Amino acid sequence: MNPPVDPVLRPDGDASLVRQLILANVSRRQFLRGMSLGGLVLAIGYPSSAKAEEAKKYGADDMPDGWVDDPLAFVSIDEDGTVTIVCHRSEMGQGVRTGMPMIVADELEADWKRVRVAQAPGDQKRFGNQDTDGSRSTRHFFEPMRRCGAAARTMLEMAAAERWKVPVSEVHAKNHEVVHRPTGRRLGYGSLAKAAASQPVPARETLRLKDPKQFRYIGKGQLKLVDGRDIVAGRAQYGIDTRLDGMLYAVVARPPVYGGKVASFDPAEALKVPGVERVVQIEDTPPPAVVNPLGGVAVIARNTWAAIQGRQALKVTWDDGPNAGYDSVAFKAALEEAARKPAKVVRNDGDFAAAAAGAARRHEAEYYVPHLAHATMEPPSAAARIANGKCEVWGCFQSPQLARDVVAKRLGMSADDVTVHVTLLGGGFGRKSMPDYGVEAAVLSKAMDGKPVKVTWTREDDLHHCYYHTVSVEHLEAAVDGKGKPVAWLHRTVAPTIISTFNAAAKNEAGFELGMGVINVPFAIRNVRIENPEATAHTRIGWFRSVSNIPHAFAIQSFVAELAAAAGRDPKDFLLEVIGPARQIRPQTLGDAWNHGEAPERYPVDTGRLRRVVETVAHKAGWGRKLPKRHGLGIAAHYSFLSYIAAVAEVAVDEEGELTIPRVDMAVDCGATVNPDRVRSQMEGACVMGVALATVGEISFKDGRVEQDNFHNYEVTRMEKAPREIHVHIIPGDFGKPLGGVGEPGVPPIPPALCNAIFAATGKRIRRLPIRGQLGPSSASTERP
Amino acid sequence: MIRLEINGKSQTFDLPGEMPLLWTLRDEMGLTGTKFGCGMALCGACTVLIDGQAVRSCITPIAAVTDKKIVTIEAVGTDPIGKALQEAWVDMGVPQCGYCQGGQIMSAAGLIKRSPKPTDADIDEAMSGNICRCGTYTRIRAAIKQVAAKQGGAR
Repeated sequence: MNPPVDPVLRPDGDASLVRQLILANVSRRQFLRGMSLGGLVLAIGYPSSAKAEEAKKYGADDMPDGWVDDPLAFVSIDEDGTVTIVCHRSEMGQGVRTGMPMIVADELEADWKRVRVAQAPGDQKRFGNQDTDGSRSTRHFFEPMRRCGAAARTMLEMAAAERWKVPVSEVHAKNHEVVHRPTGRRLGYGSLAKAAASQPVPARETLRLKDPKQFRYIGKGQLKLVDGRDIVAGRAQYGIDTRLDGMLYAVVARPPVYGGKVASFDPAEALKVPGVERVVQIEDTPPPAVVNPLGGVAVIARNTWAAIQGRQALKVTWDDGPNAGYDSVAFKAALEEAARKPAKVVRNDGDFAAAAAGAARRHEAEYYVPHLAHATMEPPSAAARIANGKCEVWGCFQSPQLARDVVAKRLGMSADDVTVHVTLLGGGFGRKSMPDYGVEAAVLSKAMDGKPVKVTWTREDDLHHCYYHTVSVEHLEAAVDGKGKPVAWLHRTVAPTIISTFNAAAKNEAGFELGMGVINVPFAIRNVRIENPEATAHTRIGWFRSVSNIPHAFAIQSFVAELAAAAGRDPKDFLLEVIGPARQIRPQTLGDAWNHGEAPERYPVDTGRLRRVVETVAHKAGWGRKLPKRHGLGIAAHYSFLSYIAAVAEVAVDEEGELTIPRVDMAVDCGATVNPDRVRSQMEGACVMGVALATVGEISFKDGRVEQDNFHNYEVTRMEKAPREIHVHIIPGDFGKPLGGVGEPGVPPIPPALCNAIFAATGKRIRRLPIRGQLGPSSASTERP
Repeated sequence: MIRLEINGKSQTFDLPGEMPLLWTLRDEMGLTGTKFGCGMALCGACTVLIDGQAVRSCITPIAAVTDKKIVTIEAVGTDPIGKALQEAWVDMGVPQCGYCQGGQIMSAAGLIKRSPKPTDADIDEAMSGNICRCGTYTRIRAAIKQVAAKQGGAR
């Protein structure tokens, strides 16, 4: 038996890493304030509470390593005029490798045809924060990237003025050339490249940024994807495509239960498989998982197929540990029980109990959303090699600096000796924020004396060992007046927290989870009480595209529609009435100190914008139009990631309960748009992902093990079940105003819009996701209230 | 030894006959455009053309295709339909992450070769074996229709 090859990363021994990871995904302020996190702050030994009093920082300023706007880090120009722009954020389908460089190129007055894009390695000191999550690449880096481009343009202008010996005020850059206005002389960027590079970088406050009216690429949507041609020709390189000289291929048998470990294993049969070279144990990880590999036994072979065959032949006995009893059916019941009892109050406006006692009627409902797996089409994969005291890693990472730091710690190296190359990501959706697979590759390379090793996760591995979306019960009660309008609102939200992945004792939703649509519900209701019962995690909980907004929006937007139905009102009119008049609400007054890490004065909750997307989508979708029999329209709206999105779904449910979705309309107000076509494509994709999780998505546990294995029993939406038409309506924005997020906020309104449409079509109210199996002729009517 | 004709070139391999074509292409030949997604013919990311038909390479043993013409995404552009699909995919901004799109194009090529005037139902049938987790389905459908129309199969 091979001994474990490496030490496990522990939170108490690794304060900086854990802190960085949480900061990457949560706001620093909220973290320091310790809302539900007090224990964690202590556990990781944050230096002193005095730090909490330092000046408040928001946005990119608040992210690990902040932002960089140095043109020398991001722009280089060859003597042939080729402009190379570095993209420091990870491309996972959101179009960031087109969008970020486009911003630089616009201010630089570069001709896009002569621009190439280079991908930054994980190096936040050089490039600023690289955690590609939280729907924030554009909102955090629009201004720094503009300044990069403007600074580089200024340096070209200064170089040309020097060459011509004329005042710099007489020259200007235009389409890859600098022009001397009085004489009409021109110099191309290539011929100025060398001289420009030796110019001093102009001071930030001296930069001339374009008037947005002068933008040539930003907001125009005429540029094709940087990687489009490589993608359609099979040349695009993802993590799983990495090939290195002499590379070996690994798959890993991991403990099937979270917190389990290898009791014993016998590699003999595996080693008999042709092509298998070694069998190596990876040290197990007791919870909390953080970003450690789960441990297990790796089979290393000459190709992936041999490794998979070897793993099948491997005999491993597991010690399942304390989570062996995790059972989704029982856990749902436990969450429901918790949701029916008073619990920790996280927001309390007015007096719910008194208002409810005096109200005309009361309504109550509970909503359930199960665990979900991201199921990125490219499963997690990474390769590593170690030579001369240095480690190189290649992989599909959303957080390459984190991968670098964790690999360095695990190998006992300095981060300076670890290089993390970022490939394209074949989908990310939050899974690839957690680079445990990169650490596996590094550990296995070390076990093979530094030889290059690529670890590939099979689909079964991906579904069995995900950082899952949480599982939740949302308990809502409303008291209404004589007209059916809510005067009091109670929402108990209960779900294992993501923090449990970093601190096994954490049982309450963190501020950033509550701030995803439950605590900051901006309704015109005087008496609002939000409570958060405790829940214990029994698996790795992680970030899944739009995160806690999924259960919160599903519950809230379904419940509003239920109240509308009870009042006999039109759901759209009723929703607008519950939102109330257009007003700007300070997030703090809603109990939301997090506000997506953004300054409350820059990003108030704007119910006028929320109303506008509701009104726009209703108008564009033809709300109220005549529909065929068994068709219905449903509407829902949700504010998340600083953007306002409303959706109208049209569904049809046939006599057999077969659901089809002829059309979805979405209205999006995310502020101004850098690349409108990618905003559309993100909304289309979010719509399909929302349909998938609403209709078929479910990860369940029995005996501590995930019950789903592959796409036959973890279904995702396919073309035949996808909405036939998706119409995206973008509310025009203003580049003078703060930008909102795009990658995630399209998801949350989709499940309630669908369920509201199903109610309109059939009278059947769905309160438990997924919808699958609940629409047939024999299925029972509404779940228990 | 197993002889395979891949993208017009004949090559021999000293590999077990039951080894799937997918891993032969990816690990032994370096043709990584054909993707792994499930290993069970459930997702279509590994789709190649074998004698013009879309086939899932992840469950196709190499011993079964020794006398066939195998075309992968790397070479589909040499075929007029394949090239037209690639152009449409780029023009209409179909890809998001792009990982599944090679397989999508191979399935679409198989469809148009077989039925040059595909109906929506034909498209559903041919393409529903290919999962796109980014959710590009509406654009895939539009791109297939555009290519079919340009190939003279407009409807």
